[in-house]
Amino acid sequence: MSTATDTRRKKAPAGERVADWADSRLGIYSLAKANMRKIFPDHWSFMLGEVCLYSFIIIILTGVYLTMFFNPSMGEIVYDGPYVPMQGIRMSEAYASTLDISFEVRGGLLIRQIHHWAALIFVGSMFVHMMRVFFTGAYRKPREMNWVFGFLLLVLGLFTGLTGYSLPDDLLSGTGVRFTQGAILSVPLVGTYLSMFLFGGEFPGHDFVGRFYSIHILLLPGIMLGLVVAHLIMVFLHKHTHWAGPGKTNTNVVGTPFLPVYMGKAGGFFFLVFGVIAAIAAVATINPVWAIGPYRPDQVSTGAQPDWYLGFAEGLIRVMPGWEIDAWGHTLVLGVFIPLVIFPLVLLAIAVYPFIESWATGDTRNHHLLDRPRNTPTRTGFGVAWITTYLTMLIAGGNDLWATHFHLSINGITWFSRIAFFVLPVVSFIVTKRICLGLQRRDKEKVLHGRESGIIKRLPHGEFIEVHEPLSQDQLHTLTAHDQYQPLELEPEVDENGVARKPTRSEKLRVKLSKGLYGEDNQIAKPTVEEYKEITSSHGHH
Amino acid sequence: MSSQDNSEENPPQQQDDADGGVLATRDNPFANPGLPPHEHRVQDIDERAAKRSERVVAGLFTLSMLSTIGFIASYVAFPVDKIVYVFPIGHVSALNLSLGLTLGLALFCIGAGAIHWARTLMTDVEVPEERHDIEATPEVREELLAGFQDGVRESDLGRRKLVRNTLIGAMAMVPLTGLVLLRDLGPMPGTMLRHTKWAKGKMLINENTHEPLRPEDIAVGSLTFAMPEGLSEEDHDFNNQIAKAALMIVRLQPENIKDKRELDWSHEGIVAFSKICTHVGCPISLYEQQTHHVLCPCHQSTFDLTDGGRVIFGPAGHALPQLRITVNDKGYLEAMGDFAEPVGPAYWERG
Repeated sequence: MSTATDTRRKKAPAGERVADWADSRLGIYSLAKANMRKIFPDHWSFMLGEVCLYSFIIIILTGVYLTMFFNPSMGEIVYDGPYVPMQGIRMSEAYASTLDISFEVRGGLLIRQIHHWAALIFVGSMFVHMMRVFFTGAYRKPREMNWVFGFLLLVLGLFTGLTGYSLPDDLLSGTGVRFTQGAILSVPLVGTYLSMFLFGGEFPGHDFVGRFYSIHILLLPGIMLGLVVAHLIMVFLHKHTHWAGPGKTNTNVVGTPFLPVYMGKAGGFFFLVFGVIAAIAAVATINPVWAIGPYRPDQVSTGAQPDWYLGFAEGLIRVMPGWEIDAWGHTLVLGVFIPLVIFPLVLLAIAVYPFIESWATGDTRNHHLLDRPRNTPTRTGFGVAWITTYLTMLIAGGNDLWATHFHLSINGITWFSRIAFFVLPVVSFIVTKRICLGLQRRDKEKVLHGRESGIIKRLPHGEFIEVHEPLSQDQLHTLTAHDQYQPLELEPEVDENGVARKPTRSEKLRVKLSKGLYGEDNQIAKPTVEEYKEITSSHGHH
Repeated sequence: MSSQDNSEENPPQQQDDADGGVLATRDNPFANPGLPPHEHRVQDIDERAAKRSERVVAGLFTLSMLSTIGFIASYVAFPVDKIVYVFPIGHVSALNLSLGLTLGLALFCIGAGAIHWARTLMTDVEVPEERHDIEATPEVREELLAGFQDGVRESDLGRRKLVRNTLIGAMAMVPLTGLVLLRDLGPMPGTMLRHTKWAKGKMLINENTHEPLRPEDIAVGSLTFAMPEGLSEEDHDFNNQIAKAALMIVRLQPENIKDKRELDWSHEGIVAFSKICTHVGCPISLYEQQTHHVLCPCHQSTFDLTDGGRVIFGPAGHALPQLRITVNDKGYLEAMGDFAEPVGPAYWERG
């Protein structure tokens, strides 16, 4: 009864037959039909997320290789390998196997360096990608969950990095682990217990490398892999956002199809990223543990720094005054505990902003068109203030290096950072907002009066004027496509029936927020068609 | 190229007309004018240019193949310990450099070739695709909710409260098993953090020479590190012990010691302080001879060794603990007991 299909199957090319086989068991055709020719918009900033994804894949590939040679044990041995400066020195097997990977396994050093460089680039690109999404408002409905998933990936990335660079058990990373342990001890009530349970007793013990190892190679990356897959599925589900422009609307997506164009571009970009990281790993040494030596809790080197992404936490701990409260037989170590609390709070601040914004606007529409950062001055200002906070504490985290390299007083830099932590975010918020408003005014000017052509014309009576060229409709549309919210107003305290109602505190807060975001001083009303017509008809010749 | 022919038959503007918001009217100069016409690339109209692009792409892929061969050749050719001088990087491992550069080039060329291919030879006609709401239609929603209600009703969950409540109880309690299992991750702290290896009569052993220290070994302006007698690097718990017991010794002029207790606990101006920073536990290693300040290199807490180890700058919260020392009858420095207070970072039970 199925001879007809059988003959067709036999005639079909081999690839098709394999696909048919898979489809009849997995139903891949319906899935592929929806996605194979999916349209993706083109913009340089959309590739930042790709850098994250590709460096994540590179980290997994190289990480699996490293597990073949790394020995996550704190058992002590005396080194007798080929690296002369370490011969006869006591060290953990973790450290010794890291030396083996670097000096005895052919290509081991390269893979180790690719792994570490890719990790730095992974976290760095996550930050940049997150800020791209933030500044363009790409997190708005329906993408809030993807924002949260991305944020979780960043946080998990930080801790995967921390547990990863602690594994070689070298003097630098051991110092970092000691710092982590000291910070854990500061937690009121349970800190000592947490420390004992994490380290299997007193610091350093013989357990943390093995424990960090399973956290670093299994627990955290496993969660991250799940989140990455969900993140990508949501990108496909929502379709990518795009910039306003001719032909682009909130209900369509304009670009080129996934197969073949983005298969080529994005697939090729993976190799580009991998190639560049491999070349960096070839020429630039990273984390030369052989020069640092094995960890001993009574030794330290100067200029100890965490990997850059935790420099922010390092800065917080360095600038915090050493407050300690002793009372009723207990010690509250505020000098360490406060930075420990501020660290997640700063991260959370950017994570919850989208939800605060959506509460203030009350907007339930879907948003697929990106905002230009200038058109949302308060959001942009907040984002810049957040970055400023991060960078200020990153600088504070390297206060010793600033002092030695620029011959500055370490006390001066520390005091500068203490003040800057409070002042610079406010200043950068105000300055950014001003710049945004200025740019909005310029856009308005351009729409209403045209582009400055650079041509100076002398009128018959001697006056010089600059000729303004009117914008094309493409440009006019692009500059006026954005929505502008009107700030909320408090409902009158007495309604039309004369019944008094008091606004609740949350209503008041919401109105205040809304005014802060969209009030008179916080956005420039965009030009209206009427304004445009009036100006172009009266003195359109400019 | 065929997709471009397609697009000329179906100008994108027409597809946009389906969308009410885009209707470009003459009345509204700001209205969305629809997709601009496709601008041809040189490869679209000149087959020779397209051929050139093809050669570039193929050339890049070929270069990648050569690079992979170079990678294998380097792996075989260079010994793992060969160091070469390469300007301007310096002395580097020949194997690492050659493997990395050939791998980098092999990968980069695949990427560059694929991207050049996509940019010059594949279509660059931008086409719109409609977005569809993700949320279900009201009918689907109704149907689903009705099904859910049916399911809940059939489960009898609402009616048989006893089943529900015991289920909640069971589910709430079962994770406790996992929590209990975590108990053996580590011991209870007890008073572990209060005690170190130091005890009455233990000599101060020089960490470098492993010899007991005499007062005359401690020169003015020097910083000496010591550990307690009986502690050996071979000990299983050496790291745990040295993390608390590490000691630093300096010699001061007794008249320069401002703190009375510090003077009492010193011997001929020799003072012994814990080397472990009271901030988060880094070993303090930087000593300023003129001022007798010590600085922790991790977070720059600064302590004054002439004034009871008082914190004079930085994030540390309390003074460095001092070890009371004296000289035994053989003329060696020895401890008169353990530290009077816990060393290292502060914690809740420290008090």
